[in-house]
Amino acid sequence: MIIFIAIAIMFFVGIYGMMVKKNIIKMIIGLNIVGYAVNLFFIALGYKEDGIAPIIIPGMEIKEFVEKSVNPLPQALVLTSIVIDLSVICFLAALSIRIYEKYGSFDLEKIRRLKG
Amino acid sequence: MVVNIGFHIFILLMMIIGSIVAVFSRKLISSLVSLGTVGMLLSIYFLILGAPDIAITQLVVEILTLIILLCAITGRDVTADMTSSKVYAFLFIFILIISFLSFVSYSYFIFPEFGKTNMHVGEKYLYLAPTKLKSANSVTAIVLDFRGYDTIGEATVIFTAIVGVMVLLRKKGKKDE
Repeated sequence: MIIFIAIAIMFFVGIYGMMVKKNIIKMIIGLNIVGYAVNLFFIALGYKEDGIAPIIIPGMEIKEFVEKSVNPLPQALVLTSIVIDLSVICFLAALSIRIYEKYGSFDLEKIRRLKG
Repeated sequence: MVVNIGFHIFILLMMIIGSIVAVFSRKLISSLVSLGTVGMLLSIYFLILGAPDIAITQLVVEILTLIILLCAITGRDVTADMTSSKVYAFLFIFILIISFLSFVSYSYFIFPEFGKTNMHVGEKYLYLAPTKLKSANSVTAIVLDFRGYDTIGEATVIFTAIVGVMVLLRKKGKKDE
């Protein structure tokens, strides 16, 4: 239980950084931390006590393997999610580079003051 | 891998400290470096939780994220302004604490305990992967065979993101401002 609570604290630290900070790069960092926390939460849900990785070794009985291995389904889904996180971060970095070219700052207050 | 529960808590504590430093530090470069620390610790923790494939992917993705963000801020103004709006901040912390407490009390009832996972679907995949598909690694069997359509969707998302980045950063065909 205490593991899940610690992951939730990390999640809310990320949300705080995303909502309250005024620098665009800081907001991207907050989004990244939220992504880490969610991925870690899924993997921790699939963990079995004293479990082994879901890779079968030659000479191992299949029944013993199924009994001892951790849950492979969250791992497969998180493998997809990590790569999608990277592409989202990439797109946001490109957006922030364009904003800097146009306004000369990463600060949201200055961007708001200059135009629009 | 048999690991004491204290080690789990130690790594998680380091990760929380790293993310707090990443959010609250004044220089953008130091916050990026602590973000990298959090990612590396996450990779180690995935290895402890019995997910070596995820650990490798996380390591590569973490390094790529750091390089992309460093490219975005090099040669630009790297000091972050510390003044965040006070009223909103206090209101926000209040809302965060409320939602945190509700999450914890809710999760106490619905999620299985740490270390006791729900194996309804996973058991079947674990049984079918070595016998039917002759694949030693169950995770790759799920990614490439049982859930192949998810992988096509992932490739579509990556393609769309790359097209978006190329449109945003193009030099040709842009009007002079």
